[in-house]
Amino acid sequence: MKGFPTRQPPAAQAATTEQIVPLSALNTGEHGVVVELLGGRGVLGRMTSLGFTPGAEVTVLQNYGHGPLIARVRDVRVALGRGEASKIQVRR
Amino acid sequence: MKVTGVGHAIPPTGDTAPVLMALAGQPNVGKSTLFNLLTGLNQHVGNWPGKTVERKEGTFTFNGRVYRLVDLPGTYSLTANSAEEVIAREFIIRERPDVVVAMVDAAILERSLYLVAELLCLSAPVVVGLNMIDVARQEGMEIEPDVLAAALGVPVVPMVATKNQGVRELLETVDRLVSGAIPYAPKTPRIRADHREVLERIGELVAGYVPEPYPPDWVAMKLLEGDRAVTAMMQESMGDRWEAVHDVLRAHDDALVAVAGGRYEWIGRMVRAAVTRPRAGQIGLTERLDRWATHPLWGLLLLTVILGLTFWLTYAIGAPLQDLLDTYLVGGLAALVGGWLSGAPTWLHGLVVDGVIGGAGSVLTFLPILVIFFAVMGMLEDIGYMARAAYVMDSFMHLMGLHGKSFLPLFLGFGCNVPAVLGTRVIESRRARLLTIILSPLIPCTARMAVVAFLAPAFFGSAATLVSWGLVLLSLLVLALSGVLINKTMFRGRRAAFIMELPLYHLPNWRTIGLLVWQRSLAFIRKAGTLILVVSVVIWALSTLPYGEIETSFLARIGRWLEPVGRPLGFDWRLMVALLTSFIAKENSIATLGVLFGSGEDVGLADTLARTFPMPTGLAFLVVQMLFIPCVATVAAIRQETGGWRWTLFSLGLLMLISWGVGWLAFRLLMLLSL
Repeated sequence: MKGFPTRQPPAAQAATTEQIVPLSALNTGEHGVVVELLGGRGVLGRMTSLGFTPGAEVTVLQNYGHGPLIARVRDVRVALGRGEASKIQVRR
Repeated sequence: MKVTGVGHAIPPTGDTAPVLMALAGQPNVGKSTLFNLLTGLNQHVGNWPGKTVERKEGTFTFNGRVYRLVDLPGTYSLTANSAEEVIAREFIIRERPDVVVAMVDAAILERSLYLVAELLCLSAPVVVGLNMIDVARQEGMEIEPDVLAAALGVPVVPMVATKNQGVRELLETVDRLVSGAIPYAPKTPRIRADHREVLERIGELVAGYVPEPYPPDWVAMKLLEGDRAVTAMMQESMGDRWEAVHDVLRAHDDALVAVAGGRYEWIGRMVRAAVTRPRAGQIGLTERLDRWATHPLWGLLLLTVILGLTFWLTYAIGAPLQDLLDTYLVGGLAALVGGWLSGAPTWLHGLVVDGVIGGAGSVLTFLPILVIFFAVMGMLEDIGYMARAAYVMDSFMHLMGLHGKSFLPLFLGFGCNVPAVLGTRVIESRRARLLTIILSPLIPCTARMAVVAFLAPAFFGSAATLVSWGLVLLSLLVLALSGVLINKTMFRGRRAAFIMELPLYHLPNWRTIGLLVWQRSLAFIRKAGTLILVVSVVIWALSTLPYGEIETSFLARIGRWLEPVGRPLGFDWRLMVALLTSFIAKENSIATLGVLFGSGEDVGLADTLARTFPMPTGLAFLVVQMLFIPCVATVAAIRQETGGWRWTLFSLGLLMLISWGVGWLAFRLLMLLSL
């Protein structure tokens, strides 16, 4: 099993405009492309069947920085808990 | 495609054997609209064997052929993540339907075809119902069904189920497919290139060990996906040889994502061919509404207003209707039958009038409230709001190890615990659903509050309002603590993942809602009704036999026998009996106390009670009354929804323990304070 996502150090963030971050780090209105999914089989099964697979484009429709958030993937609005959203790694 | 086994032979036209047609689709694609359209009232709602998942089945005739239509649970995929997914695929594999109609939502074509991509790997022939093409058009999309059909290799019929458009064409296509007039040659998705070899390797390893009637290719794919049920099945069937498969799988534990990704890539190619004009990037109605409905502040406000309206409806329409039914129907029937039985022995008169008619009456008087709650729940679900309510309440429900979807059912419990328990059906995860069911009797319902409203002023005078609110808060606190504890211990802190589609809003379909209310009410009367009736008659009998008076009845004897249990809380046998009779209906405890303290007048009773019992006992009684086992109707609902006595008895035991424990604490605390 893979571990939890580790945040990149600030220096690396400044160096590249394209960074890999958890979906929960995207602000409202930001886009990203799914790179990797973390987590157990059950969660992965639900994520993939709802449309989150590597290569899928994601737009965050609502993210207040706490609590659940809403993202659009494959034309569908999906509500995710913060924990679940942090397991979806996206390229900004 | 090779079709093996018996029962799959397609009957020629005119044959009496009905065609078995399964209806599959993801949630919110309009499956139930089509089901209701085809079967009307010719449907039967039950449970899947051994499961608490609703099973809907119906019949209809088309072109002289009889169809048996089975509505499969709405699922996003066919991997064993939930009971619904297992049910859907087991039905297709084992029951071998003659045709599977797969409904897809044209407005979210890619995601909806995911289930189709899985269905095509099974042996039953598939017809795709391309539903909601009107919505897709509104969003600026143009889809060519013929091109999609050619790409998938299966018939695709465009339709708008809510407007009854394309349904005839769908059935004609099914008819022609079933009679063999159109060939069936589906193209199945292939796994992504980087996993092709490992899939082949697994296929070789399991060859010869796959039990009938599972398709070996499909089994290999599911093993690679890490499907729990299929893994367990193959482990058993292969014995020692499983090790080799296990080694291959362990080296590819990321395959699930690759398999899913491969399906979407395949879907992408199909869709690119068929969609001639992609969606315009306009902001739709749903997005605009969601700015309010899912806003952390406005969303909560909207939810409050909706819940307020629901309760207003219940009290404005439900309660008077309940009274009317009670007075005229139940009362009238009792008077009528009482007249017929005037010559009969007293016990027979009592049994029929007080026991049977009284018991049946309590079932009947539940109906108005149930119908209103079912209608409101059904409408909120149908228009797409339910998912928003769950989203708004998620953070709060998190504290109890639950997620947003449990909020609405629990909240309904303030009106009546019965719809709360029945309302838990909106929760997909079995664990979260079970926990919500167990917790719902801790929500103080109106009947419990009525008892509090009567007794609190007697014991606490001007502080009664404060005490009443305190009791409500105490109930909620106990609920939250129980939630945390049960979740931590029995469910080991695991919490179902909160990932949920927020469907497009659409106008309510009254036919769907109406049928839902009808089916649910009928199911409640049929299943719970019997239990309520039996318990009512038994308690009535215990409270009158053998001499016709409650003071000398068997129930009183039981109360005296139980008195030692109540003594630490200051209860005497009469309070115990009052609690026992509250099992029929919570408000019964007042009536019982009225009889036992020899005062028919309610006014006198309050004073008598306050003079008989010290304040700590009064408080303890109120606390126990709030947290005690629910009424028999709720118990019947719990049994119906948990699928047996096991969890029902667990829930009752837990509530008994909690109510006595907290009641005792309240008693001791007040004793200490009053010293």
